[in-house]
Amino acid sequence: MYAAPAGVFVLLLFVVPLLLVGQMSASEWPLLQGSRGINLPDNYAGIADDRLFWPAVGFTLKYTVIVVVVLLVLAMGMALLVQERRRGVGFLRTAYFLPVSLGLASASLLFWGFYSPQIGPIDPILEWLGITDEPIRWIGTPNMALFSSIVLVVWKFAGFFMLILMVGLQSIPNEVYEAARVDGASKVQSFFRITLPLLRPSIALCLIISITGSLLAFDQFFILTNGGPDNSTTTVVMMIYREAFRRFDLGSAAALSVVVLLVLLVINIAQFRYLRRGADD
Amino acid sequence: MRLQRAIGNTSFWVFGGGLAIMFLVPLIWTAVASVSPHGATAQQDGYGFNNYRTLTEYDAGLLTYLWNSAYVSILTVVFTLGLSLLGGYAFARFRFPGRDALFLLIIAILMVPYATLLVPLWVLLGELGLRNSLFGLALVLTLYQLPFSMFMMRISFEAVPREIEESALVDGCGTFGVLRRVLVFAVWPGMITVGLFAFLHAWNDFIAPLFMINDSSRYPLSLAIATLRQQTMGAVDFGATQAGVVIMALPCLLLFVLLQRHYVRGFMSGALKG
Repeated sequence: MYAAPAGVFVLLLFVVPLLLVGQMSASEWPLLQGSRGINLPDNYAGIADDRLFWPAVGFTLKYTVIVVVVLLVLAMGMALLVQERRRGVGFLRTAYFLPVSLGLASASLLFWGFYSPQIGPIDPILEWLGITDEPIRWIGTPNMALFSSIVLVVWKFAGFFMLILMVGLQSIPNEVYEAARVDGASKVQSFFRITLPLLRPSIALCLIISITGSLLAFDQFFILTNGGPDNSTTTVVMMIYREAFRRFDLGSAAALSVVVLLVLLVINIAQFRYLRRGADD
Repeated sequence: MRLQRAIGNTSFWVFGGGLAIMFLVPLIWTAVASVSPHGATAQQDGYGFNNYRTLTEYDAGLLTYLWNSAYVSILTVVFTLGLSLLGGYAFARFRFPGRDALFLLIIAILMVPYATLLVPLWVLLGELGLRNSLFGLALVLTLYQLPFSMFMMRISFEAVPREIEESALVDGCGTFGVLRRVLVFAVWPGMITVGLFAFLHAWNDFIAPLFMINDSSRYPLSLAIATLRQQTMGAVDFGATQAGVVIMALPCLLLFVLLQRHYVRGFMSGALKG
């Protein structure tokens, strides 16, 4: 009986929309007029024909691979650095974690100003040091826009993954390291032979969260680069927004939504399988 | 040995400290930039709060946007706490038909990307007359808090020993009386974590209001500041934007400092929150 409100809520706001998105994806559905009947498979066929679709897929994948690697390597380094109890370590943990508490939209707006030639602090410093004599176009070219977005995302999320890895590190008993040292293992050896394998569940968790999050990237590109320059930083989720509210075509937006859902389901199931197999070893 | 240790200590501080500075610089910069003089902003000479003044006069006014954000966030917290307190109690203490199926369904929300549901939710809320309403927006935000909250409250209730409520039941309390008089006090820490995450999520979210709200006087802060940039005639106000960032960030930083322990617990059991 106490679960009834949650049951009704989930039915109304989760199950019904899930069925609705399926129906919409098979219908001609202009934004303002509403349903105009089934037109299967036009919406799905239209996705592949959209000249922006494949570049958006390519960009989203490229971004995901780079961000996941950079984030996890950096977070691992940070976790190793702050895992031990020593003086001042609390300050470092707090400093690394502070950006996590901000919203992604706020962080994107912050960096949008930070990179701007009008009030950004980097160019004046570089010019003063004599390194450059004209403003760097942080989001002016496709590669720079990607680079600048990655800096923003890494800044915002590194502390979060550091925390997960740090807790994982602290759960490895000290005796294991001592035994390895007695057996003559070097620090590097014990990192690769002990730490990494025992940390596998934490690393897997970080991977799942960061891969899913990056594939669904929206805020940072919508705010910082607005998909530009030349649509070079348009992600798949931005395509959904564009179809719905710029092209007023909810049918195509729904079809894209369904495709995103299916792809993520496959990726998530594959990751969970791999994770479970790893746990059985 | 001693020398080695000194070298270790120094490199720890050089690396760790350098990194800390890199993480802190953008935060410090935005606070300073929002009050310092710049050509393209309302703050022309000397330091001052003219950028913040610009915000108070922008369109519907800062106070309206602050109120919208606070209202949506508080509603989301209330919905989330209500659903997950009752639901967590039910899942932890009662057997009823469809119990496991319902719990799985709630967890399954995590498998469905946010963006997938926004388009049908836009249509659905329109049918219900809740499109372009902060109430409707809070419902959408609650949906995505539900898996984490339900999980968190369920394990909170399960951690409470049954003896506590049994004596109250014997004394003639109904099951709801037990929840209200006894259990609420036992699951209090879980509720703080759930409430904290619901608040931060609702306060910071950008994509849900972007889809659901199109009347600019009902924008929450995040959306208002982001659209402020594309103000009339392409005249972009960089100073006011950073002032907005500071205002959005302050409650987040404050809650982090005050509730650090609940924060970390949320992230940890939030193995689930993806």
